[in-house]
Amino acid sequence: MIINLRIWRQEGPDSPGKLADYTVREASEHMSFLELLDVLNEQLLADGDDPVEFDSDCREGICGSCGLMVAGIAHGPQKRTAVCQLHMRSFKDGDTITVEPFRAHAFPVIRDLVVDRSAFDRIIAAHGYVSVTTGSAPDANAIPIPKDAAEEAMDYAACIGCGACVAACPNGSASLFTAAKIAHLAQLPQGQVEASQRVMAMVDQMDVEGFGDCSNYTECEAVCPKGISVDGIASMRRAYMKGVLSG
Amino acid sequence: MTISASDLSHSSRLNAKVPAGRLQEKWDAYKNSVSLVSPANKRSHRILVVGSGLAGASAAATLAGLGYKVTCFCIQDSARRAHSIAAQGGINAAKNYPNDGDTVWRLFYDTIKGGDYRSREANVYRLAQVSNNIIDQAVAQGVPFAREYGGVLSNRSFGGAQVSRTFYARGQTGQQLLLGAYQALSHQIAAGRVTMLPRREMIDLVVDNGRTQGLITRNLITGELERYAGDAVLLCTGGYGNAYYLSTNAKNSNVTAAWRCYKRGAFFANPCYTQIHPTCIPVSGEYQSKLTLMSESLRNDGRVWVPKDPEDMRAPEMIPEDGRDYYLERRYPSFGNLVPRDVASRAAKKECDAGRGVGDTRLAVYLDFADSIRRLGEQTIRERYGNLFEMYERITGDNPYKTPMRIYPAVHYTMGGLWVDYELQSTVPGLFVLGEANFSDHGANRLGASALMQGLADGYFVIPYTLGAYLAGTRQSDQVSTTNGAFAAVEEEAGTRIDRILNNDGDKSPIQFHRELGRLLWDHVGMARDRTGLESSIHAIENLREEFWERVRVPGTADRYNKNLEFAGRVADFIELGSLMARDALRREESCGGHFREEYQTPEGEAARNDEAFADVAAWEHTDGDPALHLEQLSFENVHLSKRSYK
Repeated sequence: MIINLRIWRQEGPDSPGKLADYTVREASEHMSFLELLDVLNEQLLADGDDPVEFDSDCREGICGSCGLMVAGIAHGPQKRTAVCQLHMRSFKDGDTITVEPFRAHAFPVIRDLVVDRSAFDRIIAAHGYVSVTTGSAPDANAIPIPKDAAEEAMDYAACIGCGACVAACPNGSASLFTAAKIAHLAQLPQGQVEASQRVMAMVDQMDVEGFGDCSNYTECEAVCPKGISVDGIASMRRAYMKGVLSG
Repeated sequence: MTISASDLSHSSRLNAKVPAGRLQEKWDAYKNSVSLVSPANKRSHRILVVGSGLAGASAAATLAGLGYKVTCFCIQDSARRAHSIAAQGGINAAKNYPNDGDTVWRLFYDTIKGGDYRSREANVYRLAQVSNNIIDQAVAQGVPFAREYGGVLSNRSFGGAQVSRTFYARGQTGQQLLLGAYQALSHQIAAGRVTMLPRREMIDLVVDNGRTQGLITRNLITGELERYAGDAVLLCTGGYGNAYYLSTNAKNSNVTAAWRCYKRGAFFANPCYTQIHPTCIPVSGEYQSKLTLMSESLRNDGRVWVPKDPEDMRAPEMIPEDGRDYYLERRYPSFGNLVPRDVASRAAKKECDAGRGVGDTRLAVYLDFADSIRRLGEQTIRERYGNLFEMYERITGDNPYKTPMRIYPAVHYTMGGLWVDYELQSTVPGLFVLGEANFSDHGANRLGASALMQGLADGYFVIPYTLGAYLAGTRQSDQVSTTNGAFAAVEEEAGTRIDRILNNDGDKSPIQFHRELGRLLWDHVGMARDRTGLESSIHAIENLREEFWERVRVPGTADRYNKNLEFAGRVADFIELGSLMARDALRREESCGGHFREEYQTPEGEAARNDEAFADVAAWEHTDGDPALHLEQLSFENVHLSKRSYK
């Protein structure tokens, strides 16, 4: 199949960017979208042009490295699928597809489609953990955890930290990402001890990083490759308000 | 037959430093006598941890928690993205919660046997001993392992074992364990005890005065070469499976850091031991950039088969029972579909070589869940493997609830790696190697759910003790500093190498070279090897190396984000490694674990080990000419070397 691409090219954080047009004539429906970009890059390299830079690593939808706006949608048109697992069978021969980086105030562009998502790491460092040092743990079966709680914790813990939720949000909010970690730990007895401090510190850090607030658009849930539920945001906001009021 | 240490001579350069005493008491004896570093002194030591996967993140978090100053580097944009995250199936531990007869000894024994008696007893026993602590630690961190209705942890079985000792978090166990370690690391970063430097690639090790001084990284955003001095370097950079180009490893997984250490004096052990995982999604075309694993746990409920008749082109559902050959169940009645990975992979290759492969390429076999769905219901199968089934459907367009999966083996893990002693120290003093990057625990074949166990054992529970032994032996006068002239010299070499790649007036992309190398290695140093193929591949790889430096073409400049430049450097190192893999495979005139030499097999086609001549570790030393071989003889004082049978 033949695929036309309009791809965002930008040399650095402070340079202006623009969309550039390319055509890949030897696309196949069995290719992943990133393999299509690989083929384009080999073509550009052979022609002496600069390849398009983009992040990717595991290419099986779990590391969260990749993330592109494909045809205006974070990770592209297929639901619950990271762009590395989006396959060209989702497109038609002759399609023109626009490819842009994840855009948000808190995600500056590094080059082309590569953005800086280190703000996510700082939100986790704010308190997205249980403060337990190595060696101090009791026996793993000492505290029974209801199966449903473990399953719900896992639903939230499945977040891959790709940033699609931020890119899709009109406010550029990191609420879904932050809430996912808070909700994961809130389901478990191990996370209860520091639950209140956790919510306050992580939400405050989200603000410091320049992410917007949540206005219930729920665009985040719609694009999340792991299907993380916005219910977590509601609990996060409730816990945060409780924390503010109890001072 | 038992080979005792006294029967054989040891290489003078390899001292494994295995503590004396009974196997069960070695680790305790070591901990009782090892030198400790006082809290005040810990603060004065800077430890450089390269990599943030299970081994790196757990080591960095633990050492910082103990009071050391830690700098941790990772190649991705965040420590959370290290490739450990992709491990699906589970993590082993000898908890014996199911009360099905498991013990530390059995986990040790299964691992030694699974490794085809090519690993070091003392290291493996220690691994089994600390396995239980890992599960405790992970639960305390909030890792959401699967649970039973009563609230206790669930277990499942995995290849190569007859007990249920595998803990899991759906099909995302690696992700959850890594996030646990990453969160522990984040805690230490927030406390100011770890400096985390993402988007850095270690491109050389600085050695001076007979010991590690630090390392050189390239900042992958600015392209700057940076110097870091440290009292010790912990290499936690994973395996070298991407030498084959197509593997289940992530795109950035590479051997460069380990290879640079090899070139600075660290011996590379058993590079020919690579694991070909039996259950991966088959290749679909030339553009294929990587292969996707389907967790081995699927073999708990999936049955592997091919049509009996190679001409049988019917859809799998239309082939009646008597037209199917469940070849694993037929050949290995006691383990059936749960034979270890190397056995399952070779069996699939054998069927495909005989023309019974399925799918367009005929390089695939069926993994069928129909029986389990009938027995347990679709809901149970969905709970166990839902995300894996979804992933399969996304990639292939087929629904495995309705039609069998098509699978084929792919390179997945490398058991070989830098040689380390009992303390995880390489042959370069001050350079420690953890996790998949070292060679020590899995012998010639790794069992499923043991990689996560080893990475975390090394980082959480081994290195915190053994590092102290090294540091306590260093003197104040040994202070490391980037002003040491060795740093400037190594940095200059690294810069020259980068310039050479960029200024080369070539016409071939790094990926083209990588694909060619991959094909050579897969064909000749893959699932089955023989002398003729290995000799020809060494020659071909040498030609490829020369061609690389004549014809490689990398656009752009060094002072910016430049993926092709990163890849070119890695491909150059993979090419050199490929040659060493072939050499090692040629020297090992026996079949064991993942290393199958056509010339050495039993009449039934099983691997034929040669314990008289090859119960050893081959550790290669870099020289200006051919690599020099050093042997560590393996002495088995506790297990009886038997023929590994899963029949």
